[in-house]
Amino acid sequence: MRLRSTSPHGAMRLSTVSLAVLCVVGLSACGARVDGGSDTSASAESCVDTSGDTVKIGFLNSLSGTMAISEQTVHDSLQLAAKEINADGGVLGKELEIVSEDGQSEPTVFAEKASKLITSDCVAAVFGGWTSASRKAMLPVFESQDSLLFYPVQYEGLESSPNIFYTGATTNQQIVPALDYLVEQGAKSLFLVGSDYVFPRTANKIINAYAEAHGIEIVGEEYAPLGHTDFSTIVNKVRSADADAVFNTLNGDSNVAFFKEYNNAGMSADDMPVVSVSIAEEEVGGIGVENIEGQLTAWNYYQTVDSPENTAFVEAFKAEYGEDRPTSDPMEAAYTSLYLWKAMVEKADSFAVDDVVAAADGITYDAPEGKVVVNGENHHIAKTALIGKIGADGLIHTEWSSEEPIEPDPYLEGYDWADGLS
Amino acid sequence: MDIIAQLFAGLSLGSVLLLAALGLSLTFGQMGVINMAHGEFMMAGAYTAFVVQGVVGDAGVSLLLALPLGFVVGGLLGLLLEATLIHRMYRRPLDTLLVTWGVALVLQQVARDVFGAPNVDVRAPAWLSGAVQIGGLALPRTRLFILTLAIVCVVALALALRATPLGRRIRAVVQNRDLAEASGISSRATDRVTFFIGSGLAGVAGVALTLLGSIGPTLGTNYIVDAFLVVVAGGIGQIKGTVIAATALGLMQSFFEYSTTASVAKVLVFVTIVAFLQLRPQGLVSVRTRSLA
Repeated sequence: MRLRSTSPHGAMRLSTVSLAVLCVVGLSACGARVDGGSDTSASAESCVDTSGDTVKIGFLNSLSGTMAISEQTVHDSLQLAAKEINADGGVLGKELEIVSEDGQSEPTVFAEKASKLITSDCVAAVFGGWTSASRKAMLPVFESQDSLLFYPVQYEGLESSPNIFYTGATTNQQIVPALDYLVEQGAKSLFLVGSDYVFPRTANKIINAYAEAHGIEIVGEEYAPLGHTDFSTIVNKVRSADADAVFNTLNGDSNVAFFKEYNNAGMSADDMPVVSVSIAEEEVGGIGVENIEGQLTAWNYYQTVDSPENTAFVEAFKAEYGEDRPTSDPMEAAYTSLYLWKAMVEKADSFAVDDVVAAADGITYDAPEGKVVVNGENHHIAKTALIGKIGADGLIHTEWSSEEPIEPDPYLEGYDWADGLS
Repeated sequence: MDIIAQLFAGLSLGSVLLLAALGLSLTFGQMGVINMAHGEFMMAGAYTAFVVQGVVGDAGVSLLLALPLGFVVGGLLGLLLEATLIHRMYRRPLDTLLVTWGVALVLQQVARDVFGAPNVDVRAPAWLSGAVQIGGLALPRTRLFILTLAIVCVVALALALRATPLGRRIRAVVQNRDLAEASGISSRATDRVTFFIGSGLAGVAGVALTLLGSIGPTLGTNYIVDAFLVVVAGGIGQIKGTVIAATALGLMQSFFEYSTTASVAKVLVFVTIVAFLQLRPQGLVSVRTRSLA
């Protein structure tokens, strides 16, 4: 005798439940809400206490979640800078007291914690943020509370807030020079590969405008969702498009899957070089040097930069955190940001936000990457662009550099071809 | 020619999904346990490959060693989880979901503390690097290897379920737990072994994935959603369904992705599965059973 099936019911319930779970898991990775914090602009009165021997500053990095892998390194170099500054007598004679908060890789948490650092810890300035989503979430908090954020990562530009200093590259200091380099090398066609979110989309819009003006053909433009793990189809498309170079704006773990696939499919830097803007020294180890050797990167700093300032920085970092820890562009930009703030405060002779901002223009600092200059108007800094090649030693070696620091131009106003982008 | 390349890409993606979902089809499909930590067992397998390579050195030998070791490591973790937590809540699937989700987060943090937050690298052996060229087609050797491995795993599992006394006991418990117990089968012991095998397969998948993707604390989260999708679409309780669903999903994703973009393809795949489950809530293949699942 056959038992009558009772399974469809049970199966349906389980599958409904698991689909619901899948949706929640999928969505939580995106953290889509961007409206930052509470709008308590009435209480914009600063509560920063500068009467004692110490002054508080906040470090806000993701120490947990998917971005922890990157942001922990920035946190480490911020700690190093603070330690050095304190050992050297502090800022205006006051010792820095660090309040660390974990952004948990969630833009909404960044906004909450920023608000907490400003209003209840009363810090004089906050250093941190990595993803553009986290910055966009924090921006209204810093503006409404009239406090200061130092943001250390290269980003997509088209932004400038009176309350944020951007110490990473904007597009005209990273992407545009990378394109200039490719043109110089005779590239006539490009394939664009990126993660599917704001930075790659904006970057590729800029690249398309540039390409049109410079007679470069864009033979393909592909986006992979963040966390995408299978690149066989995209690599197939890249292979059959046969471009002169690939411009890669993938972010995070996707880079590992992409380069392994690229390599496994038998393609190399000699056939079709890949220029990446999100791969720094610490990612090279995770991708595997053998998968990425010879490929190109665009940044403003490499561990191999040859200057006394950088030698000192690298030595200090390794002494603090271990010989096997590399230094990278965002880490250097974070380190630099603390020194820039110190210089601004000392020039202003005040910790008050308005005084610091007023003093910012023209502040220079001999950073590990070379001399940087703060632009008081758009709050970015002039930086030298460096195109690097990944070596067998896992480090990135400068292949080409802009002759001098490039003035920041977040809205690309100085470029005719970029009309209508912003 | 592109069509054939895409066909291979789809089959290959299918085999990756199959490896990730095969263990789940046992623990979720057969036992009805929603184990959110399944992905972390894969992660444990991947780190096993990393550790083995650190000890052995030679990439080829270490890969072949890591496969059985990954199985054992994943299996033991599963056994531990089953013995400490899951067996207390067989009748409460939603609680299991939350508990195992918590365990997953704990395991991720443990990996972060032990191995560090940055990704680590496992070198592929020389005999797996590059591609096999067949008339203008380039078939990456790593993908051929994974395809083979998936087939081997499926065949071994199917044989174990069909032809061994253990397999008979597993099927008996799945189809009717009370009757199986009444016939003298220890359902506790059977549950443990089933969970060991299912988790062990996650470990094997993790070792294989080191050839393709990143090896970091969050490796598992990248695959867990797709793995559940495969099992749900394939139908609860049948390996056949899982195999078909994984292949179909792989092919769908790769062809959709070829004609549109990766993001749109993902949406299309989800929509297709939701629509499919509306028509056939029990999945592709369903087993006649009186048990929970």
